[in-house]
Amino acid sequence: MASAPRVSGGASLAGRRWRPPPLIKRRWLRWTLGLGVALYLAAAFGTIEVNWSRVYDGLPRGQAFLAAFFPPDFTSRWEEILEGINESLWMTVASTVVGIAISVPVGLGAARNIAPAPVYYFCRSIIAVSRSFQEVLLAIFFVKLFGFGPFAGFVTLSFATIGFFAKLLAEDIEDMDPTQAEAVRATGAGWFQWLNYAVQPQVLPRFIGLSLYRFDINFRESAVVGIVGGGGIGATLNTAFERYEFDSAAAILLVIIAIVMAIEYLSGYVRKWVQ
Amino acid sequence: MPVREEAGLKVWQRRERGRQLAIWAGWLIGVTIFLYCFQLISDKTIWFFVLDAGTQAGDLGSRMFPPQWSYVDQLWVPLWDTLNIATIGTAIAIVIAVPVAFLAARNTTPSVLFLRPIALFIIVASRSINSLIWALLLVAIVGPGEFAGIIAIGFRSIGFVAKLLYEAIEEIDPAQVEAVTATGAAKPQVLAYGIFPQIAPAFAGISVFRWDINIRESTILGLVGAGGIGIQLNASVMELAWSKVSVILIAILLTVVVSEWVSARIRHAII
Repeated sequence: MASAPRVSGGASLAGRRWRPPPLIKRRWLRWTLGLGVALYLAAAFGTIEVNWSRVYDGLPRGQAFLAAFFPPDFTSRWEEILEGINESLWMTVASTVVGIAISVPVGLGAARNIAPAPVYYFCRSIIAVSRSFQEVLLAIFFVKLFGFGPFAGFVTLSFATIGFFAKLLAEDIEDMDPTQAEAVRATGAGWFQWLNYAVQPQVLPRFIGLSLYRFDINFRESAVVGIVGGGGIGATLNTAFERYEFDSAAAILLVIIAIVMAIEYLSGYVRKWVQ
Repeated sequence: MPVREEAGLKVWQRRERGRQLAIWAGWLIGVTIFLYCFQLISDKTIWFFVLDAGTQAGDLGSRMFPPQWSYVDQLWVPLWDTLNIATIGTAIAIVIAVPVAFLAARNTTPSVLFLRPIALFIIVASRSINSLIWALLLVAIVGPGEFAGIIAIGFRSIGFVAKLLYEAIEEIDPAQVEAVTATGAAKPQVLAYGIFPQIAPAFAGISVFRWDINIRESTILGLVGAGGIGIQLNASVMELAWSKVSVILIAILLTVVVSEWVSARIRHAII
C-alpha cells in the first residue's frame, strides 16, 4: 500500500507535488529582492546606450582578430615583444621582492596578537589605502611622479603588493598557535629571537605560497600598467592594438597566457613541495 | 640534532652545515637575480625625473586640494554606468561560467579527454588576460562605450567564477549524488537535486565576491574608452584638472568601500 506523504496536521494532500525548499525562506524578502532585481535590470538596460550599427561594423574586425590567431605573427614585431616581456619580468621580480620586504614589518604590525594598538591601527590603515586603489589608478600617479618607463610600474606593483601581502600575512600570524610562541618566550628569548624561532616557522609555508601567488598576480598586472605608461608588455600590446596589428597582438596575448600558465604550474608545484 | 664541537664544547646550531650552505646559496642566487633586474630597470629610468618626484608630488598635492566639489553633479551618471558595467558583466559571466565549470569538473564532465581540456583552456585564457586588456581589444572591435566594458568584465570574470566553481563541484559529497541517482532521477534531475544544493552557497559567495572585484575594475575601464567613471578620470587627467581628479578619486574610493561592505554583508548572510 502506498503511504501518503506525511504533512503537518496529518492531512493527506494527494495530488500536491513536493517542491524543493526556496533559497530564501522569508516570503516577503524573496518577493522584495526579486522585484528589486527586476526593477534594477529594467533601469540598467534602459540607460545603456549601445550603438548597434557600430557593433555591426566592428564584426569584420572581430573576425580579423580571431583569424589573427591562426597563425599569430610572432616574427615581425619579435624584438618589441621580447623587450616588453623582459621589462615585465624584471618589474615583476623587483616589485615582488621589494613589496614583500616592506610587507613583512607592516604585516607584523597589523597582527592584533603581537602588535600594540597604535601600531596595529597605523599598519591596518596602510593596508586599507593600498588595497582600495586599483593598480592602474596608482600607475597613473606614479607615472606622473617618476616619468614614463618601468620604474613607475615597479613602484606601482610594489605598493599594490603591500596591501595584499601584509593583510594575508597578518591574518596568518593572528591564526598561529600561541603555545609555541609562549614556549619560546619562556626560554628567555628576546623579541627578534622570538620572531625568528616561534612566529616565522609557523607562517613560513604560507609565506612562500603567498609570495608565489603574488608573483603570479604581479606579472599579470605588469601587462596592464604599461597601458598608462608604466613600461612592460602592456605598452607593446597597446601599440599593437592602436595600429590594428591584430596578428602581433594575438602573438603577445599568447605569450602572456603561456607565461602565466608556466608561472601558475611552477608555483603550484613549489607550493605542494613546501607544504 | 645538528651540533658542532668548539674547543671541546658542544654548540647547538639550527641546521646541518650542508643545509645551511644550500640556504645561503639560495639567498645568494635570489639576491643576484633581484639586483640584476633592478639594474636593468634602473638603466631604463631617467633618474632626474625620479629624484624630482618629491617636488612633483608637492605640486600635484597643491593642485588637487581643495577638490572641486561642484563637479560631483556630473559624476552621478558615470557612477551609475560603472555600477551597471560591473553588475551586468558579472551576470553574463555567471551564465557562461556555470556550464564551463560543469564541463571542467572531473566528476561532472561528459568527456575527460575532449571537453575538459577545452573548458580548462577557456578558464586559463579568460583569467590570464586582465579586464583592461579585454576592454582594449573590445573597444577596437565593437567601438567605445559601456557595451565594450560589460563584455570585457564578463570575459575576465568567466575564468574566475568557473575556476572557483569547478573546484567546489569537485569537492561535493558523492553519496548524495548516488542517493538521488538511486531514486531513478535523470541526469538533469541529479544536477538540480543532487549537485546544485551542495554548491549553492559557494556559488552565491563566488558571484558576490567577483561582483565586488568587478566594481573596482570597472572604475578604470574608461581609461581605454570602455565606459564608466574612468572616462571622466582620463579626461580630467588629460586636461590636467587635478581638482576634478581628486573628486573622482574620492567618488571611486567611496564606491569601492560601499561595494565591499555590501558584499561582506551578503556573504555573511549566506554562509
